[in-house]
Amino acid sequence: MDWQAFEVSIKLALLTSLSLLPIGLAIAYFLAKSTFTGRGVIEAFITLPLVLPPTVLGYFLLVGMDNKSILGGAFMSLTGETLAFSFVGLWFASIIYSLPFAVQPILRSLEQIAPELREAAWCSGLSKWNTFFNVELPLAWPGVITAMVLSFSHTLGEFGVVLMIGGNIAGETRTVSISIYDSVLAFDHQQAQAMSLILLAIAFVTISIVYTFNRRNLRSVL
Amino acid sequence: MLKLNLQQRQPNTLNVDLECQPGELLALVGPSGAGKSTVLRCIAGLQSPQQGFIECHGTKWFDNIQSINRTPQQRRVGMVFQNYALFPHLSVRDNIQIALDVEQQRDKYSVEKLLEKVNLSGFEQRYPSQLSGGQQQRVAIARALARQPEVLLLDEPFSAVDKVTRRKLYLELNSLRQDLAMPMILVTHDLDEAAMLADQISVIHQGKTLQQGSPEQVLYHPNNTAVAKQVDARNIHSGILIEHEGQLKIQWHDYLFTVAEADRFTKNQQIHWTISPAKILLHQRVRPSKGVHENPVSGIIYNKMTLRGITTILMEIENTNGQQLQMDLPEHVANRNQLQLGETIAVSLLAEAIHLMKD
Repeated sequence: MDWQAFEVSIKLALLTSLSLLPIGLAIAYFLAKSTFTGRGVIEAFITLPLVLPPTVLGYFLLVGMDNKSILGGAFMSLTGETLAFSFVGLWFASIIYSLPFAVQPILRSLEQIAPELREAAWCSGLSKWNTFFNVELPLAWPGVITAMVLSFSHTLGEFGVVLMIGGNIAGETRTVSISIYDSVLAFDHQQAQAMSLILLAIAFVTISIVYTFNRRNLRSVL
Repeated sequence: MLKLNLQQRQPNTLNVDLECQPGELLALVGPSGAGKSTVLRCIAGLQSPQQGFIECHGTKWFDNIQSINRTPQQRRVGMVFQNYALFPHLSVRDNIQIALDVEQQRDKYSVEKLLEKVNLSGFEQRYPSQLSGGQQQRVAIARALARQPEVLLLDEPFSAVDKVTRRKLYLELNSLRQDLAMPMILVTHDLDEAAMLADQISVIHQGKTLQQGSPEQVLYHPNNTAVAKQVDARNIHSGILIEHEGQLKIQWHDYLFTVAEADRFTKNQQIHWTISPAKILLHQRVRPSKGVHENPVSGIIYNKMTLRGITTILMEIENTNGQQLQMDLPEHVANRNQLQLGETIAVSLLAEAIHLMKD
């Protein structure tokens, strides 16, 4: 069993979902408040990773992380290392790849909050920040939990993007899905099956948590 | 005192002038889409008019010339929303607590005192979803009062509850308001509700205030026919003022009516007149009353219906080319006089009850 690959995958998924919490909240909040005509274009751009083949997204990210590019160049001058084929590069790519899974659930939850509740909070003397923390965030909580769990599970099962920009460096960029692929290529079906079953169990448990939590939350509000 | 003038052209026209004294309840009445809620939102700072001012107890909350526009948080407004807008994830206690300022929060019993005020003691731990419509309204009022507001705004607060609860809440609001010293503004499209609860009524139509005055003034002495239509005044007719035996009288078809208000007008002037259905006097067969000689007219009953002890009679007046009058009588009077459809009856339009309007 390639436990090292599990360690990389879980570390990557945790870091990605945690990073996506503030990023997803900020983008979703901005979109929920926006009424300008270009909103649809921005939303479409954020949702792109959902429909793009992972290899295409991976290719663009690989080009963007090249040492000659602004991003890759900046990383190189700061750390002396290449961004592509590194764990940090993989982390960055995972954030982009899972972005729609974080933004969409939070955005939908924020949009469902009746505008009068915000206005009632303002009339009760709450500042916009206090309204966000005391009214909007608690009401959007099911969406936030869904966003976190979905981005965690999605990152855990990431394959195409990892293969394109991470390569297959043990302990650094070799994730469980890459390791399963390797095992199959090496005709080690026993290991492939065991790892696949563990991934299946993790995915099922996390999704179950989302549904159970959201149902309970819905019941307490209604 | 709350004083305001709101002007706007886009997206909806606004031309509103209002005044509300401390402790006074001013009802904004008008049809749906007349701009009543917009006025309330402007006072609360949730919306800004293009021009005008809003002044509360001498402090400007909004003034486009002086570029003053206070945020809702800076205005100290207590607002009761149409659907109450209670925070569903917070208990009754927390819904109220959230609106208390730091100083009030030091008093452990602030929430209890407010709940006692709205007759909802003991409901602190409940959630909004566990409350009836009437109870939710009380929490919304308690939350609005928690802010120690300088103005209390009530946006159709009775529209989300059933009729029986509504009557109960009217009485509760009426007794609660006796202890409140701030100006209160109630938005409603229900004239009876406004007449029952308000000290002042302001009629708004298409974003314009048409008239502000006491319920008696607005309902029975509308400034013009536009107001009369908005307050659902019945029996609006037009006539001409002529001088007869040294006195100004209304000529209406073949009738000449004596009118108490005639002195405000000049002779040969075209005017509109109205009389409240409740102020038309039936010439009773069983017991003739005083006043039968005052502006008598006769007509044929063509419709009759009774609701909650009041019988409404619609009659076609003789010699008027089919002009109609509506009369409201206590049910027992209608029964005692055995009023039947198709029957001719005589009534008097009391001179004191006829109201004249220029336009």
